[in-house]
Amino acid sequence: MMLFGGAQAAVGAVLVGRLGWLAVAENEKYQLMSENNRVQIIPVPPRRGWIVDRYGKPIAINRSSFRVDLIPQQLENPEPTLRTLAELLRLDSDDLDRIISDLKQSRGFQPVGVADNVTYEDYAAVTVRLPELAGVSASRGFSRYYPAGPAVAHLVGYVGTPSAQDYEKTKDPLFLTPGFKIGKQGLEKTLEPYLRGQPGGQRVEVTARGKLVKELDPKPDRSGETVQLTIDAGIQEYAARRMGPESGALVALDVESGDILAFVSMPAFDPNSFSRGIGRTEWKMLSENDHLPLLNKIAQGLYPSGSTIKPAMALSFLKQGIDPSRKVNCPGGIQIGNRYFRCDKVHGLMDMHSAIERSCNTYFWATGLKTDPQQTTEMVSYLGYGDAFDLPLAAQRYGTMPNPKWLESKYHRKWQAYDTANTSIGQGYVLINPLQLAVMPGRIASGKLIQPRLLMGTPRKPIPPLNVDAEHLEFVRKAMASVVNDSGTAVASKLPLDGILMAGKTGTAQVFRLGERGHQSNWALRDHALFIAFAPADKPRYAIGCIIEHGGFGASAAAPIVRDTMTYFFDQQKAWAALAPLEQQWGGTLAERNARQLDAFKATARANVA
Amino acid sequence: MISSAIIPQPLAKLPWRLLLLITVIATIGLLTLYSAAGGSVTPWALKQAVIFLIFVTIAVGMSWLKESSIKSTAFPLYTAVLIMLVLVELLGFVGKGAQRWLDIGPIRIQPSEFMKPAIVLVLARFYELLPPGDIRRWRAIWPAALLLGIPAALILVQPDLGTAIMIVLIGSTVMFVAGLPWWLFAGAFGALATAAPVAYSFMHDYQRKRVLIFLNPESDPLGAGYHITQSKIAIGSGGLFGKGYLQGSQSHLDYLPEGHTDFVFSTMVEEWGFLGGVILIFCFALVIRWGMRVSLRARTRFAQLAAAGLSATIFFYVAINLMMVMGLAPVVGVPLPLVSYGGSAVMTVMLCIGLLMALERQQRTASGLSTSRIPA
Repeated sequence: MMLFGGAQAAVGAVLVGRLGWLAVAENEKYQLMSENNRVQIIPVPPRRGWIVDRYGKPIAINRSSFRVDLIPQQLENPEPTLRTLAELLRLDSDDLDRIISDLKQSRGFQPVGVADNVTYEDYAAVTVRLPELAGVSASRGFSRYYPAGPAVAHLVGYVGTPSAQDYEKTKDPLFLTPGFKIGKQGLEKTLEPYLRGQPGGQRVEVTARGKLVKELDPKPDRSGETVQLTIDAGIQEYAARRMGPESGALVALDVESGDILAFVSMPAFDPNSFSRGIGRTEWKMLSENDHLPLLNKIAQGLYPSGSTIKPAMALSFLKQGIDPSRKVNCPGGIQIGNRYFRCDKVHGLMDMHSAIERSCNTYFWATGLKTDPQQTTEMVSYLGYGDAFDLPLAAQRYGTMPNPKWLESKYHRKWQAYDTANTSIGQGYVLINPLQLAVMPGRIASGKLIQPRLLMGTPRKPIPPLNVDAEHLEFVRKAMASVVNDSGTAVASKLPLDGILMAGKTGTAQVFRLGERGHQSNWALRDHALFIAFAPADKPRYAIGCIIEHGGFGASAAAPIVRDTMTYFFDQQKAWAALAPLEQQWGGTLAERNARQLDAFKATARANVA
Repeated sequence: MISSAIIPQPLAKLPWRLLLLITVIATIGLLTLYSAAGGSVTPWALKQAVIFLIFVTIAVGMSWLKESSIKSTAFPLYTAVLIMLVLVELLGFVGKGAQRWLDIGPIRIQPSEFMKPAIVLVLARFYELLPPGDIRRWRAIWPAALLLGIPAALILVQPDLGTAIMIVLIGSTVMFVAGLPWWLFAGAFGALATAAPVAYSFMHDYQRKRVLIFLNPESDPLGAGYHITQSKIAIGSGGLFGKGYLQGSQSHLDYLPEGHTDFVFSTMVEEWGFLGGVILIFCFALVIRWGMRVSLRARTRFAQLAAAGLSATIFFYVAINLMMVMGLAPVVGVPLPLVSYGGSAVMTVMLCIGLLMALERQQRTASGLSTSRIPA
């Protein structure tokens, strides 16, 4: 009896002890858990940091927008809901296709964007009918906006809704928040950690069933950092528009600092349509285009350098003691081994200066054979061809600058005379990207070993001078000035400015067959046109490298674009005046042409469906 | 006992201290139910108040029962409840599901509830009839084990694990108090421990789940372990003085499931804190102590055993429920008597208290007389 009473008392003591342990000793832990239950945070995506140009002009910004999303998990009647939405928001079959395919791919809790940048009226119309539209969420938010559209497409890339794989990697609930976008391409992707920011949230008290009881004070978000680029938004947009209907790339540099002022790859997609969620028709249009608007030609395109290699070649000749006044006769070609290498025309007696000015291949073939191929190619590499640069680009293909050692290890064969010949005029194994095409004239112009930079924020390192004789550099610069200003290959592209001369070098890279030049009716088989330049010729400040795919002669396709872009640096009005008649001829500005192209494509797609 | 000239003799003879304790406990219950309903007397508090009043009246009425009549009803009552249990089992078999109650016209009877006082009375009666010298013999054990085992088995297969465990615990208590050797219980406990894995294999899925979750509630916090986890959060977040009346977020926002029935203690402690919880436990302890004293002072073996068994019934109710809500025992569905919403537990506990009051009254009224044992 007493034993039983004692046992009861003991149990009572255990109960009180346990109660004390839970409620007093562990109180803090459970209080936190209770708060976590009570208060839910509805994440608000942070505003993405801006991307601005070197003068603070916006390149990528956020616009306040209304948006409508679908939460697949809560979607009860997908078909009638979609029909109602299509009616309210005037969605076309293209949008619906995208939504349906997104719905199939999405995980239950991951929102699928229906429409971005909805007008207030449409937003209100959806809001009113929300009770009957289970699984539809209408919200206010921000959407990414690129004022220059396609002109900056390959520079900044675009943003998009995180994919299921992105979520799997991080498990960050923010990735499931409607309206949250991450960088998918270009700088938007590589600079993601800086641009994203810290999400805020609407703190709400909710019941276990998810019913909202009351709103508590919100937790503010912290917007992402603003990233300043070395880009000059003005020159970027001008160059992009000046390219017109061509397919190509242009890079402009500040020759003293290596700052990239323009980074243009055309044609391009409109990054605004990607951040909205691209339609199937538009995607099809972009991916079927033979001018490859989805390819970043600066980072991904590789081309033979053509004659743009010649200034670098000349420098290595000089370094190896070749007398610049030494004359070579050009009878229209040269016999090397058992093959006759044909020059563009019969140049007659050429010295180094005139060979650069008039781009005589015979001189470079003949002189190349007199020098050491390893030393010669090393100089070209030193000036930037085949070089990889430390830039925030997702992928960079840096091509090849061949040399005897490389050839031995890669193809296990000895360097031959025809290798020298091919390399001397930038053919054969020589493959470069458009960035290198700007770095080389930049290094020659400044005499410094500049490295291209894209971010203003990275610390500036002292730039060492080129390990090249100053007189040799001056000689090559003068020769390049003659290319444009005397009787060279690009005299048609003189700057229309008083007292400012441009120095340059044309290049034509064979695509189809060596030797035969002239008009090719098949666009895809035409030669690539290249042009490198710096200005002013006497006190260089800017360097430009430009490649126009299948543009024909460098002088005719690439040089005028470089001339006008270079003009823009010194006299914007003159540059715009040069562009106006061209755009009229092409049928409108870049934005107008893009829009019209899309409309036409959509019309064809519709016609095909019907 | 209040003795005043103004109060009539029969009223003055009621155990007022006990009734006051019971009322305090029930009031705490009603306040908690009012809070659990979001500050409303409906749907629980008002109904519960009515149920409480009805059963308090019945209990007070029962306090005039004579020990002799209680004694004489022990076997008939036990037999009747046993028959009802068999009936329930048959109906359940027909209805293809768990069946725990009988519908008799407008009322619903859950026979397993009646079995709690019935098993106490019948075992008390059995050991009274057993000659004292036989208590160490085999015949002191097997009839009692049978009396206990049959209803326990019937309830277990209903299935109602919580009530079955309680019946066994209550019956064992009576047998222990009756003087059966302790090693018997130790042996039974040991046997149980070895048999547990076997029992586990015979359990229903939901019962297995409950056992598993009891062993590790945090393993599945959003699934089946939800009950225990949320209950511990509610109790733990109460702190020393609680979050304040009507301020419990766990119960008001529905995170705590069954906050008005099995987990009513968690609802209460969340708002009243450690202090409120201790006061309630203390009140129950006083009620049980009162019952145990009735047992101690008993002059007949029947009264002694019955009082101990009835007190034990209240004790096991409270202990199992509190251990359950604080994560010391698996969730077996035992309510907190007088506090949890629902009539069954109130009925059982008030029947026990009514019987205890009757036994206590006999002690007082018999005190002056020289009553010897009432023959069976």
